[in-house]
Amino acid sequence: MADVTFTVDGKKLTAPAGTLLIEACRAHGIEIPAFCYYPGLSLQAACRMCVVRIEKVPKLQTACTTPVAEGMVVVTESPEIAQARKATIELLLGNHPLDCPVCDAGGECELQDMTFKYGAHESKFVDIKNHRDEQQWSPVVYFDRPRCILCYRCVRVCGEGMDVWALGIQNRGSGSVIAPNGQDHLDCEECGMCIDICPVGALTSGTYRYKTRPWEMSHVGTVCTHCGDGCKTTLGVRRANDGMEIVRGDNRDKSGINGDFLCIKGRYGFDFANREDRLTQPLVRQPSGELKPVSWDEAIDFAGKRLRELRDARGGQTIGVIGSNRTTNEESYLLQKFARAVLGTNNIDHHRTADYPAFAAAMNGESEASLRDFASAKAVLLLGNDPTEQHPGLAWQIRTGVRLRGQHLYVANHQNIKLRRQATSFLRIRENDYAALITYLAGDDSALDRNGEAKAFRDAIRGEGSLIIVFGSEFRGSDVEALVKFGSSLPNVQLACLGDYANSRGAADMGLYPDLLPGYVPVIAAAHFAQEYGASLPSQPGLDLLQMFDAAGHGELAALYVVGANPVARYNIDPASLRNTFIVAQDLFLTETARLADVVFPAANLYEKSGSVTNTFGDLQLVKKAADRAGTRADFELIVRLAVAMGADVKQLVPFGHRGVRADMGQARGAQSGEADRHGVWLAAHHLEPKLSPFDPFAIFDEIQRLVPAYEVPRLDLLSGNDQHLRSGLVQIQHAATRRDVVWPSNDTLFTSGTLGRYSRTMSSVLESREPAETAAD
Amino acid sequence: MATLTTHPDCVPLVSYRFGKGATNIDKYLELDGYKSARKAMELGPDAIIAEMKTSNLRGRGGAGFPTGMKWSFVPKQSAKPKYVLVNGDESEPGTCKDRLIFEHDPHAVIEGVIIAALAIQAKMGFIYLRGEYRYLIEIMEKAVADAYARGFLGKKIFGSDFDLDVVVQTGAGAYEVGEESALMESLEGKRGIPRIRPPFPAVVGLYGGPTIINNAETIATVPHIFRIGAAEYAKLGTERNGGTRLFCLSGHLVRPGVYELPMGYNLKKMIYEVGGGIPNGKKLKAVVPGGSSTPVLTADEIDIGMDFDQVGKAGSMLGSGGVVVLDETVCMVEFALRTMKFYQHESCGWCIPCREGTDWLKKSLTRLHAGGGVDKDIDNIRYLAENMLGRTFCPLGDAAAMPTIAFVKKFRKEFEDHLEGRGCPKHRAAEPEPALV
Amino acid sequence: MASPAQPGTIFSPALAARFDRLVTLYPVRRSALVPMLLYAQDEIGYVSDAVVAEVAARIGITELDVRNVVSYYSLLKTRPAGKYHVQVCTNISCMLRGGNEILDHCKKKLGIPNKGVTPDGVFSLEEVECIGACSWAPAAQVNYAFHENLTPESMDQVLSDYRAKAPNGEGK
Ligand SMILES: Cc1cc2nc3c(=O)[nH]c(=O)nc-3n(C[C@H](O)[C@H](O)[C@H](O)COP(=O)(O)O)c2cc1C
Ligand code: SF4
Ligand code: SF4
Ligand code: SF4
Ligand code: FES
Ligand code: FES
Repeated sequence: MADVTFTVDGKKLTAPAGTLLIEACRAHGIEIPAFCYYPGLSLQAACRMCVVRIEKVPKLQTACTTPVAEGMVVVTESPEIAQARKATIELLLGNHPLDCPVCDAGGECELQDMTFKYGAHESKFVDIKNHRDEQQWSPVVYFDRPRCILCYRCVRVCGEGMDVWALGIQNRGSGSVIAPNGQDHLDCEECGMCIDICPVGALTSGTYRYKTRPWEMSHVGTVCTHCGDGCKTTLGVRRANDGMEIVRGDNRDKSGINGDFLCIKGRYGFDFANREDRLTQPLVRQPSGELKPVSWDEAIDFAGKRLRELRDARGGQTIGVIGSNRTTNEESYLLQKFARAVLGTNNIDHHRTADYPAFAAAMNGESEASLRDFASAKAVLLLGNDPTEQHPGLAWQIRTGVRLRGQHLYVANHQNIKLRRQATSFLRIRENDYAALITYLAGDDSALDRNGEAKAFRDAIRGEGSLIIVFGSEFRGSDVEALVKFGSSLPNVQLACLGDYANSRGAADMGLYPDLLPGYVPVIAAAHFAQEYGASLPSQPGLDLLQMFDAAGHGELAALYVVGANPVARYNIDPASLRNTFIVAQDLFLTETARLADVVFPAANLYEKSGSVTNTFGDLQLVKKAADRAGTRADFELIVRLAVAMGADVKQLVPFGHRGVRADMGQARGAQSGEADRHGVWLAAHHLEPKLSPFDPFAIFDEIQRLVPAYEVPRLDLLSGNDQHLRSGLVQIQHAATRRDVVWPSNDTLFTSGTLGRYSRTMSSVLESREPAETAAD
Repeated sequence: MATLTTHPDCVPLVSYRFGKGATNIDKYLELDGYKSARKAMELGPDAIIAEMKTSNLRGRGGAGFPTGMKWSFVPKQSAKPKYVLVNGDESEPGTCKDRLIFEHDPHAVIEGVIIAALAIQAKMGFIYLRGEYRYLIEIMEKAVADAYARGFLGKKIFGSDFDLDVVVQTGAGAYEVGEESALMESLEGKRGIPRIRPPFPAVVGLYGGPTIINNAETIATVPHIFRIGAAEYAKLGTERNGGTRLFCLSGHLVRPGVYELPMGYNLKKMIYEVGGGIPNGKKLKAVVPGGSSTPVLTADEIDIGMDFDQVGKAGSMLGSGGVVVLDETVCMVEFALRTMKFYQHESCGWCIPCREGTDWLKKSLTRLHAGGGVDKDIDNIRYLAENMLGRTFCPLGDAAAMPTIAFVKKFRKEFEDHLEGRGCPKHRAAEPEPALV
Repeated sequence: MASPAQPGTIFSPALAARFDRLVTLYPVRRSALVPMLLYAQDEIGYVSDAVVAEVAARIGITELDVRNVVSYYSLLKTRPAGKYHVQVCTNISCMLRGGNEILDHCKKKLGIPNKGVTPDGVFSLEEVECIGACSWAPAAQVNYAFHENLTPESMDQVLSDYRAKAPNGEGK
């Protein structure tokens, strides 16, 4: 819309016509207080904090509902306005318990801030405050009625934002109260959005309440370790006896690709990190068959020697390596380099949750959509998957796009997934008709039998001027190719491929495949990798994950190195088949896989290390070390040390210390506040290269950027915590259609997250609390 | 059942058919019924609205907005259907007039809806009655069914090309739902929370369509305007205040009752002549002139004409026509408390100043009245009320604040007499509340 | 939209039929909500969990939505009231003419406090806001019937008339 010019506090401003006064003012640095107004949610005009004086209007007006108009003259601060705001706060405080000293929100409370600002310090009221007891609504959500100021943000974010509508307003007048949908409990997605958005301490979380005071925490912005969306999450950490403990997760600065959003996993699913049963000492299997704690040196020496013996005696092709969906790009890269260059094997794989190689091959210059793009897209075509459960961040972006920007959403699915409620058009298809649907969309009318509905669906999609196509693991191999081809026939198309975990995409990009090197370069045409990795690089494709276990069953797998994965549980492997395989496992817990290992290394998790991860949309982000646990080591360090113990040349593996600099970048102190990263930003800004130690992930990141062209993104932005979308034209690889399909979708829900999820008390207790309800619904 | 009271000064216009059995559609037709609707149909929208403007009819719901002007705000072209909504929520304390209309002349309401619908070209009308008025809902539903049966409602009414459906709706107990935007919410099956304005109902109203909302008496007056002619109607009242209205006289009067009197009728006369004066030889202390929301007038402020402008000039409001008369025995603190108790009970709770303000005012007044008052209470009460005024989401906050400010301002001495821990001077000697059996 | 199938209803056939029609009268089904709740209460006695569930299903909204609305309107009760619900107005016009005395009289006579129910379930009592009978104050409503120009004596008569109507003095 055209711009209008108006005056605020004597300053001439301009903004597009129709902009709300409160937003127009904020955009020009004039802050108008607000409790009920929240950007992107419906207008309430309920709190009356934003009142301003508009010339020629008799009463004070609410800036949150008044659109700017040409020539409007506004005063936002005056004695009259200050008095109105002060009186409003006085009224609120009248019934407020003022238990700030013990309130979770104390120090981070908008009511406290406003009281301070408008000086409502004199108590006018002598009558007794209305009281109600605090209630627990779910394992996650607690409600303290007397603290509630009835701004209705929670109700709106749950309804409009989450499309859950679990919170209501009941009674009226001073008896008004926020109420949960189950009368005395909540039946909801437990995302904690309501808690996050509450300006006061009325809604609090089971994981955080009464744990700490906000100013006792340090805050570290990093990336969620759970699903493939890669939401930015800010962890509040504080010192504990055995390291730094995570006490809170939120997304306070809203600067991440997830905007306002976090789901239960990103917000509360960090608690696995604090468990007492974390592994904190290396374990080695004794002749008695028992796993016994030993020193680090002993365990690493033992594992290294044994692996070397087996490699030398039986050959690299008898050793298998299984990588992780949750380690950093640098770790995955390093792991495959270690496998190929040190162990001399291409038997490397990971739990594949999407066919990224097929996608990479098919893309061939097509543009890939970032998670950010979904909120602003004009139209989205969602094929397969159930983002509400499996990609909550994506579901949020799509809902936001539909709600605020009138995005058209087209959904084709074999189930009535929840996002159909936002859909302009929903096409229910049979489970095995996804490929046929593409053929149909591409113009072959005979591909679907009852196609009346499908025709309208196809016409609508073809009528869109621009479109993001996003698809789930229902599409693999040649189906992906056909889909991308169909996409490229439409104008302004972007695509996205959905995989399940925090760094599933990174694992794929970094070459955790028996047949593909980083950047999807085939091992049979290793090109520059041959020189980089040295002569030992095997040139024939190795065994995939399932083949490795088959080989083990036949006694042909001498050793297996498992990093941050639990294939024994995931693929239901018979422990007996691994009897003759020497297993080294790195994990947080004694998982089903670790339990069978000969050597177990206690590993740090994604919240306890630095590096980078790539979400399923190709958004590259930095993870920062927030917490740590005494006795654990980052996988990066473990791989390096294992290589050294095997007698490998560490400088060959990790290109560090070229100039022979020695300095402490904070790593030695267990940096708890991103110190090393800050040094990194500064150094990078001055074109200095901080590669000082073989444990510095950036040494490997250099190599990744050098060898995988798509990762050649501006470094400085990345280092300052901004997500960077990978350069498109990911890689050029040969036709991938003939690869064996071993994609195995994890089928996680909102409340599960593979093995790791089982170790989250919050997620487990939510699952338990829901069980009766779910059986009752059957 | 409720009946009209008369006095020689009364002008039976809206009450023309009261007590004549006009609930029966044939009787209604006999008494010139549905002639105005036919006349309006011939006139067409523009002429109807012009007549309404000429009549100087002002809304009887409380605010006194000129009805013809309100109708003229409805856009001629609209993508969404338009609606007529009759406000029969009648819940303002002191007000009991719409009840008589529904009881005695339901077809006048229907005929008014038809004329309003013709004026703005609406195809649907709603008549919303408060839930307590169940027997009136039954009367209205019967009348609507009869009108359908005669072809006055439904498809092609009166044989024209015009379709009009009318639905009678019940409320379920909420004063705030009488506020026009909360009324629409209630009719849409929601909590009675007002809407943000603008947009105003005439542009975006019920179900998002342009809507005119009028009080039941306003709507029931419309056919009479067309019956006697707009100019004639206007002449019955005063300048810019056309016609007559139903005044509800209540409280300390010899002859309380609902009377139809010309607009501008003198309040003093209304009390002493029409209402028969104060019973038991007591003296007049104060008058609430237009329902509980209007600021109180003292005994020497009542020599005024009862129209919107004159009462406004006297510092109060004509409001809903509920004239509540207080004799000298009334404790003004108790009266203020009872008034505030009502608003505290009826506040929808949406906005902070009204929700918290009415709660604290009620608490403070309760304590003051009971003898627990402290020095700062009186100023606090005024401070609270003054800080609610003009700052709330809808006029309910003003309706609570305005009378409170007037009570304290005009009867401050009585408030002060309650201090010093002594409680209400009137009740001090009285016995304690009877124990329960 | 066609009305959803009703496998079992807690309402009488007449009321169920009335509801079937009610939802078709308006541009949106939800407009039938408030009337439905009140009419259901008239039949069932109060807005029970079962009423909430069935009304929600008939309209096609969540139970939470229904409860949000129920709790707003003061005529809607979520607990059983007496067979005869005595509602005494004490608002200004009634107060001036003895409304409080009528209320106290009822408390004493029925032996219950405000919002109480007699043990036999015949009567319940509630102090209410203005019921639109100000010119005929003091006034009360018993269920939907108006009783006006009350005195303690005429109130006694009103109560005993209702008591006589309750079969065997039993409520429900
Ligand atoms: C709190 C509140 C309650 C109201 N209650 C009623 C009511 O019961 N009946 C009514 O006609 N108008 C009531 N009104 C006024 C309506 O908002 C509206 O102005 C009126 O129905 C318009 O009709 P009129 O122009 O014919 O007066 C109320 C207003 C407020 C603020
Ligand atoms: S936790 Fe999430 S889904 Fe549950 S009530 Fe809060 S906002 Fe709604
Ligand atoms: S609980 Fe918090 S967010 Fe919800 S209405 Fe109350 S103060 Fe606002
Ligand atoms: S959507 Fe995914 S990435 Fe985002 S918070 Fe949830 S689990 Fe974490
Ligand atoms: S922010 Fe404007 S009224 Fe609350
Ligand atoms: S005040 Fe009692 S009926 Fe109006």
